[in-house]
Amino acid sequence: MISEELQQFPVVARLLAWNAASVLEGKVDRNELTLVLDSAHWLEAARLLQSDPELHYDFLSTVSAVDWYPADPRFEVVYHLYSTTRHDWLRIKVRVNADQEVASVTPVWPGANWYERETFDLFGIRFAGHPDLRRIMMPDDWEGHPLRKDYPVEGYR
Amino acid sequence: MADIMDSPVVEAAEQSGHLILNMGPQHPSTHGVLRLVLEIDGETVIKATPEIGYLHTGIEKMAEAKMYQQVVPLTDRIDYLAPLSNNLCYVLAVEKLLGDKLEVPRKAQWTRVLLNELSRLNSHLVWLGSHALDIGAMSVFLYCFREREEILKIFEMVAGQRMMTSYFRIGGLALEPPLGFHERVRAFLSTFPSKIDEYENLLTYNSIWVGRTRGIGVLTTEELIGLGVTGPCIRATGVPLDLRKTNPYSCYDEFQFDVPTRTEGDVYARYLVRMAEMRESVKIIQQALEGMPEGPFKAEAAGIVLPEREQMKYSIESLIYHFKIVTEGFRVPAGEAYQAIESPRGQMGYYVVSDGTARPYRVHIRTASFGNLQALPAMIQGRLLADVVAIIGSIDIVLGDVDR
Repeated sequence: MISEELQQFPVVARLLAWNAASVLEGKVDRNELTLVLDSAHWLEAARLLQSDPELHYDFLSTVSAVDWYPADPRFEVVYHLYSTTRHDWLRIKVRVNADQEVASVTPVWPGANWYERETFDLFGIRFAGHPDLRRIMMPDDWEGHPLRKDYPVEGYR
Repeated sequence: MADIMDSPVVEAAEQSGHLILNMGPQHPSTHGVLRLVLEIDGETVIKATPEIGYLHTGIEKMAEAKMYQQVVPLTDRIDYLAPLSNNLCYVLAVEKLLGDKLEVPRKAQWTRVLLNELSRLNSHLVWLGSHALDIGAMSVFLYCFREREEILKIFEMVAGQRMMTSYFRIGGLALEPPLGFHERVRAFLSTFPSKIDEYENLLTYNSIWVGRTRGIGVLTTEELIGLGVTGPCIRATGVPLDLRKTNPYSCYDEFQFDVPTRTEGDVYARYLVRMAEMRESVKIIQQALEGMPEGPFKAEAAGIVLPEREQMKYSIESLIYHFKIVTEGFRVPAGEAYQAIESPRGQMGYYVVSDGTARPYRVHIRTASFGNLQALPAMIQGRLLADVVAIIGSIDIVLGDVDR
């Protein structure tokens, strides 16, 4: 359940008014707002965050992931959004397992393209609807995904 | 990084009768190891596909195996033309995670601002020199490196290193700035504005320069924001987006400076924005020199910030803390923080996740060059082959920054 305190944030109120099931969790830590969104509604929520004139999170700063191995779901895909008009930050998380896909947000923010490719390359998370999901940093024939926690720092020998 | 030569892109091009031209990764005008696969029809670029990753060093993975203070030297290697911006962004992110456990003294913050602006000058000088060299103005390159040498000597004076400075520490600076540091910066500033005039005399009204740069590489503001472009490229389209003004960090709100913008959005406008930025940086450095606060250069935080050498000779606690920080590091409360700053190339961000131990659980680095490079295919599409070199120069990429 989303606390009263969090509902004071316009972005939380707007998302809940749009679809109460879309926001799973939220917290304010070190003055930074983090929302955990449901992966089923993520693409639609992204459209809303980008296009709503009052929210206007038009700039996707970065996409990355955190591997919480051996937790379930294993990965958190982390998006950092910024509004170029309100100068406000927002962190969105979507939780997935290794065998699940996350909706690609390239239709909303074209700049997500390379960030999602990087996350796919280094974590092995697949993005559904991505136009060109190839490895970007590692060679094409590389085995494994280096930023996973079960991948040794010195690599496989 | 992929071998695009076996991909459907090449087959499609061959069927349509276009030529595939491979540019880089050993091409001098790609500023490092960028590889561009260009599909060309005569002299016109139909499609460009950047291939990156040749300089991927796995810094994010390495950071997970290091203690918090050991990550600082890794950050130098990312954007090697502005190592101090990387140092600053990382330490600010960790300081945000530590919260009220330490308070960075004002002298350290002002010195950070001063050195960051010197880094900006350093980075812009290398950009100007190499950009002009690409287009054929060789003398500018030599002049820029003359002034850059003096900045590198200043860095060597404070940090002992010309490029890989690692001068900032979590909680402050590594060392007290040495005697004569301010005088040296002041001496540099007394002549530098006239040097900017010199560069502008050579280029701003030079008809070859204007002819090669005006009206090319233009994208609309919406397209650029959507593609994640920041820094001088976005400011050249009239958007005064600068985190030093909009989301100030490290005392930037105490300085008076303007955010230069242009509206044309072409390669020439980016050049003018960066030239104006250099003059603004000079203003900031001057203010930092005049108003430099007195006091300690690092925070008082036992167990996080190394104690003074002198203290360790008579205080057993200091000796113990020193030993513990060096051998075990310090624990950072669990949580996460994202800190973004305005690097010379645009928005740089460090996302640090802590699980409560002495080593970061995850460090993700958002670099400006990676975001800016994504807009390159759109900028060069439909342009002439010769413009490709001018446009690559104008977005000012550093491949270490792209590949990390």
